[in-house]
Amino acid sequence: MSNQWLLLWSDHPTVSVMVWFTIIVLVLYLGRHQAHNLLSSIGQGVYSTMRLWSFTLRRLEQALKQRNREVLLAEGARACEKSIEREFERVNDLVKRELSQYPTLHREISEAIESIENDYQKSSDITPLPPAWGDVVETITALPNNGDSTVNRILSNIKKAVEDSHQQTLKAYKKAAAERHQLLASMQPNWRKLNEKMGKVNEKITGLDDRSNAIDEQMKKYEAIRANSDSAFSALSSSALTQFFISGLVLVVAILGGLINFQLIAMPMSEMVGGTSYIGAMKTSDIAALVIILIEIAMGLFLLESLRVTHLFPMISSMDDRMRKRMMIVSFSILFILAGIEASLAYMRDLLALDREALQQSLSGMSATAANAEFRWIPSIGQMTMGFILPFALAFIAIPLESFIHSLRSVLSVLAIGVIRSLQVIVRIIGGIVRHTCNALIQLYDLVIMLPISMERLYNSKRNPNHLSASSATTVTEKKSSSKGKKNKRQTMDDDLAIDTMVDNLNQTIR
Amino acid sequence: MKTTVKICLSILTMSMLLVGCDTKGPSQRAVFFLIDTSGTYTEELNKAQSIMNYLLATLDSGDSIAMARIDSGSFSEKDIIAKTTFDTRPSTANDQKRLFKHQIDQFVDSLARGSANTDITGGILQAAEYVNETQAEEKYILIFSDLEEDLKVGHIRDFPIELKGINVVALNVTKLRSDNIDPRDYQNRLNHWQGRVTQGGGEWRVLNDLERLDKLIKTR
Repeated sequence: MSNQWLLLWSDHPTVSVMVWFTIIVLVLYLGRHQAHNLLSSIGQGVYSTMRLWSFTLRRLEQALKQRNREVLLAEGARACEKSIEREFERVNDLVKRELSQYPTLHREISEAIESIENDYQKSSDITPLPPAWGDVVETITALPNNGDSTVNRILSNIKKAVEDSHQQTLKAYKKAAAERHQLLASMQPNWRKLNEKMGKVNEKITGLDDRSNAIDEQMKKYEAIRANSDSAFSALSSSALTQFFISGLVLVVAILGGLINFQLIAMPMSEMVGGTSYIGAMKTSDIAALVIILIEIAMGLFLLESLRVTHLFPMISSMDDRMRKRMMIVSFSILFILAGIEASLAYMRDLLALDREALQQSLSGMSATAANAEFRWIPSIGQMTMGFILPFALAFIAIPLESFIHSLRSVLSVLAIGVIRSLQVIVRIIGGIVRHTCNALIQLYDLVIMLPISMERLYNSKRNPNHLSASSATTVTEKKSSSKGKKNKRQTMDDDLAIDTMVDNLNQTIR
Repeated sequence: MKTTVKICLSILTMSMLLVGCDTKGPSQRAVFFLIDTSGTYTEELNKAQSIMNYLLATLDSGDSIAMARIDSGSFSEKDIIAKTTFDTRPSTANDQKRLFKHQIDQFVDSLARGSANTDITGGILQAAEYVNETQAEEKYILIFSDLEEDLKVGHIRDFPIELKGINVVALNVTKLRSDNIDPRDYQNRLNHWQGRVTQGGGEWRVLNDLERLDKLIKTR
């Protein structure tokens, strides 16, 4: 069929092809302007559309960034407020606990000081000398000595009396000194006691000082957040990302713990619900084991919510105290019962494994091994303990879960912003490629019909003078550029209107 | 925050629901094991015991198993040595396996001599009836025989056997003395049984190497 068309004009293929080529070139030449307009409008149309999309994506990105900033700062402010509140509560507790005992402390310090003062007073008393004892001694020494034996005797008696008296005085002095030393020694415990009390006061003052420093730090942070500063925003962003990864890691560990727990109870569950029943692709016994684990996690969630450790369910934390306490008791009781059930299931698993092992041995023709039967209780106890402890460990999953959910929004926003930026670039590239491709196609079109174009140019240059062709070209150019300008202006206005409408719609969707 | 929690919980619920949709669980299996107790083939019965032990180790709760002998007239319930469907509870299934093994061991120990004739077709008919009754998705008939049929006078067995959806596996097809004289007899024998099985709609296989029992039935 195609051969028939090819050889339509002549039996000679070359001639026929030449004729076809001439017809095609003629047709293309005649439709040159239309073809140019078509390609040009396609290129421009796609370029404008892509540019419009790019602007829209940019506005969307900015809106998303703004929203992300607002949310992050609001959450940061809330966290700061809670932190400051907690610090003030600590200060309040400290003041109530420690300074409420201050009168007692003050009294003890005063008593210690009084006791020390009394002891000091007592230790400063000295044994008084006998009255006018010095005058007597002087008088006697002033007495003349005439060699009289009586006087000598009297003087020696006086000397003996003085010496005796001196000894007694010395004794008394020593005794008094000893008593004073004893008093001073007895002051030591009071000094120590006083020192201890003062140390306690110092501790309390230091504790208050630390708390007030912490409050100052938190207040600075809070002020930076309220001031909407970039540094506060960056700090909060990196904090959210850090929280995301840390809580994600802890959740992964918890999930692995959950898997171990699942392995522990899945087999014995088939004894309870049957091993042949399926719900979809999963065994009913596996689903039952999974449900038990999920209930334990839920009970842990409710328990921690009741204790106000986590705040995932505002309804629970806003309950009155009596109801909250009841909820706490109920959720802990259910958790405890489930832990007991798991421990018994873990033991049953051990028995089932033993039974299966014995069967395998009998089927393979081996005699049952009773080696190490005395240590058989160790893995059983181990499994039971694990079955009991794991539910309580899984109950704490609520804490990293809350942190993960809090930080997830920020991380998703960052990812979304990244995706939108990439899309912007891609969209601009596509627009540019299409426009340039259309321009290239226009040039290719002219290349194919270059012969008639060259002939037209030659004809025009011979027939029309230069200034006429230049002025008409200028007129045409001016008309074209003015109409293009108006068109561009109109297009830009339309684009802007379209962008605004789309961004408004998207903003509403995000909110 | 509340919106985020709601979205997370709804995604979790949806994924759990989707997991339960559309896909079915593993299929139940029914295995009927025919052992040839004719002539000198009774000397191979210890191999049949090891195959039976492998089957007991492989099959699970909900699966069915039966063992019957091929003798002079095999289309009879009296030829069924033992049969059971394993309980849904693993511990009960283990006890059933032990009992089944005990019954088979007792049979093998009590077997004094082989039967005079060999009615393989009758055994296959009995097996097909049993496995179809169980309504299991995977049905197997295992024939532990040299496949040399020797019918009693008057027994009619030359009609098509309905074996649609049943996997027939010939195990330990030993070569007879006549096969040594003309090996084509052996191949003809196999081809004959293959033709009968495939015409009846069944799948035919031969497994002589008992080291490759893992290819016997599909494991879950």
